[in-house]
Amino acid sequence: MAEAEPLLELSDLVTSYRLRPGIGRPGGEVRAVAGVSLTVHAGETVGLVGESGCGKSTIARTIVGLVRPSGGKVLFDGRDLGTLPAKELRRLRRDIQLVFQDPYASLNPRMTVAALIKEAWRIHPGLVPRERWDDEVRALLERVGLRAEHAGRYPHQFSGGQRQRISIARALAVRPRLIVCDEAVSALDVSVRAQILNLLQELQRDLGVSYLFISHDLGVVRHLCDRVAVMYLGKIVETGSKEDIYRSPAHPYTQALLSAAPSLDDWRADEDGEHGEIVLTGDVPSPLRPPTGCRFRTRCWRAQDRCRDEEPALVERDTGHPVACHFPGALPPPATTAPEGGRPMKE
Amino acid sequence: MPDERANESATPLLEVEDLAVEFDTPAGPLRAVRGVSFEVGECETLAIVGESGSGKSVTAQTLMGLVPLSARIAGGRVAIEGRDVVGLSDREWQALRGERISMIFQDPLSALNPSLTVGYQIAEMFRRHRGAGRAEARRRAAELMAQVGIPDAERRLDDHPHRFSGGMRQRVMIAMALALDPRLLIADEPTTALDVTVQAQILRLLRQRQRAERLGMILISHDLGVVARAADRVAVMYAGRIVETGTVAEVYERPAHPYTLGLMRAVPDPRDIGAPLEAIEGRPPDLAARPAGCAFHPRCPFARDVCRTDDPAPRELGLRRASACHFAEEVIAHGRG
Ligand SMILES: Nc1ncnc2c1ncn2[C@@H]1O[C@H](COP(=O)(O)OP(=O)(O)OP(=O)(O)O)[C@@H](O)[C@H]1O
Ligand SMILES: Nc1ncnc2c1ncn2[C@@H]1O[C@H](COP(=O)(O)OP(=O)(O)O)[C@@H](O)[C@H]1O
Ligand code: SF4
Ligand code: SF4
Ligand SMILES: [Mg+2]
Ligand SMILES: [Mg+2]
Repeated sequence: MAEAEPLLELSDLVTSYRLRPGIGRPGGEVRAVAGVSLTVHAGETVGLVGESGCGKSTIARTIVGLVRPSGGKVLFDGRDLGTLPAKELRRLRRDIQLVFQDPYASLNPRMTVAALIKEAWRIHPGLVPRERWDDEVRALLERVGLRAEHAGRYPHQFSGGQRQRISIARALAVRPRLIVCDEAVSALDVSVRAQILNLLQELQRDLGVSYLFISHDLGVVRHLCDRVAVMYLGKIVETGSKEDIYRSPAHPYTQALLSAAPSLDDWRADEDGEHGEIVLTGDVPSPLRPPTGCRFRTRCWRAQDRCRDEEPALVERDTGHPVACHFPGALPPPATTAPEGGRPMKE
Repeated sequence: MPDERANESATPLLEVEDLAVEFDTPAGPLRAVRGVSFEVGECETLAIVGESGSGKSVTAQTLMGLVPLSARIAGGRVAIEGRDVVGLSDREWQALRGERISMIFQDPLSALNPSLTVGYQIAEMFRRHRGAGRAEARRRAAELMAQVGIPDAERRLDDHPHRFSGGMRQRVMIAMALALDPRLLIADEPTTALDVTVQAQILRLLRQRQRAERLGMILISHDLGVVARAADRVAVMYAGRIVETGTVAEVYERPAHPYTLGLMRAVPDPRDIGAPLEAIEGRPPDLAARPAGCAFHPRCPFARDVCRTDDPAPRELGLRRASACHFAEEVIAHGRG
């Protein structure tokens, strides 16, 4: 798998939003994605994790062409989406579909499920002959676990989980090779979430589709993904196989994220009810003014002078997988940082 | 977490017995909470866990004397520190809220006044409820903000709520909820809107304040991991009813209700990479069309004929351990697998 040409390749991608000056706030440019390289191979699921505002959705929007990158490249099948002629670009866009967190917002409430799915075939004519549309709608609905006879219903007549199935059916309608799932299961209840995760896996097994699976839920990502990239403030700080990331995380942020994530086993605490989790101090800095050097240094318990002056590159160190940290390692953190957080440890 | 602390005081801080809450809807009364019973002791955290619409927030609001306008308590008893509170007047409730029992929410912004500084809002509590003077109230507000881990508390008194991050706002909410030294704190999804590293901070803060003040706490969550980390005991809700209770260790190790068992298996197992999830088929029922018999029967792999006709009442399985399933023993024997 790793030998083959990647299906999707992001190379040093930069995406910025321009902010107009407001009251008490200067204008400026937010580099929401500040130089990200990432690959997804055919038939693979890559997880992208990180806290809100770190740039995950911006990556998703850039890949599907909803926003333009201000630097770097998006390659699909080896072709640069930024320089492709319009006609070919449209053809390629079909291969990449996006499924959002809130299916209600992305489904036109005035269209029936059948019309929503057929719309995709109108946009991409020639894919399914018109006389097959009704049959194909029925097949797609069955495929995602909905009743074919509900094709005439409207989105509000379905539950959240069912609406997510409709979004997936619509994405599948154009036979994509890559589906970008942006928090696609985050709004679902546990029992329904498991149904959708199983469906995604089944579709991959049967159709060979690849996923870029964006989530803040580390448990779900571990369950679903082959490889994982961890993002912080617009950059990838660590990437590797699922085992690399979950069994031997080397970046302090990855370590903190994993240790903060609650799990079913957490009731096995020590006598004081402590979990020995790393509790980071403070909040994520504004992407308008990221810290110099390492972007994580204001919350990092390993930070040293070098971290302020020199930005660590995302390269394979003696960790066996790429880590953007000057002092990576499996070292257990000091007992835990001060609990009454807020104050950066280093300035 | 050790369980010995649970039974320390004779009268529990909070007793709920057979509580029922109904909404008036155009289609007739809708029973959102039914037959709910539990206790919370000093220094104890009871988690209420369940899926969206299962009745967690309605239960919490009822305990605060804040039943929604279209709702009413249709039966049962609620006692705070031994005193019956169903039917108290607004005035009587005002003397309880904040003083004996407090609540924090998922979205602290909705509970804070956007046009007043945070310091003013906290100080106001000391002025109104404790008759403190302006300077004294401000000093105590700063103290409290420092106590909940807001850096530079003194200076931040003069900031408006929108100047705080989500996590810091939740700290402000906690400060306000604890300002008047209540005995009970209800936290309704207090970390659901927060990032995981900030969630860890808030859960730790809640634990610290609880220990320091010997609070009884109700933690409402749909996240089984958060419950495992933060609670001593757990009550699992389904379709308006508590279907299982026990210590977190008991319930997580040996679920006694098929719904609990199903939830455990639907969450990726931290010990095991990649085993397929076992989803619970179907979805929670519409309360207006609650299935006859056991409300869980259409989704239950253990269901038999009796489940379609007889609604199982919660049954004691041990000390403060109960399940509302006809076949609880069979479910326990089955195990998480
Ligand atoms: N004002 C209302 N009128 C009618 N029904 C209501 C009203 N408020 C809540 N309900 C119903 O009461 C039931 C319980 O609602 P509740 O808000 O307690 O759920 P919850 O368990 O807190 O869910 P969530 O996890 O989504 O917060 C739901 O079926 C809901 O639809
Ligand atoms: N339309 C926009 N205009 C300006 N800034 C934006 C816009 N969308 C996102 N941002 C900013 O870009 C950063 C990354 O956002 P986003 O990609 O949505 O993060 P995530 O999906 O990881 O939560 C954040 O700082 C966010 O505030
Ligand atoms: S480079 Fe320095 S500040 Fe950044 S993560 Fe590594 S140790 Fe921490
Ligand atoms: S009573 Fe019957 S249907 Fe209900 S949970 Fe138990 S076995 Fe399942
Ligand atoms: Mg997002
Ligand atoms: Mg609720």
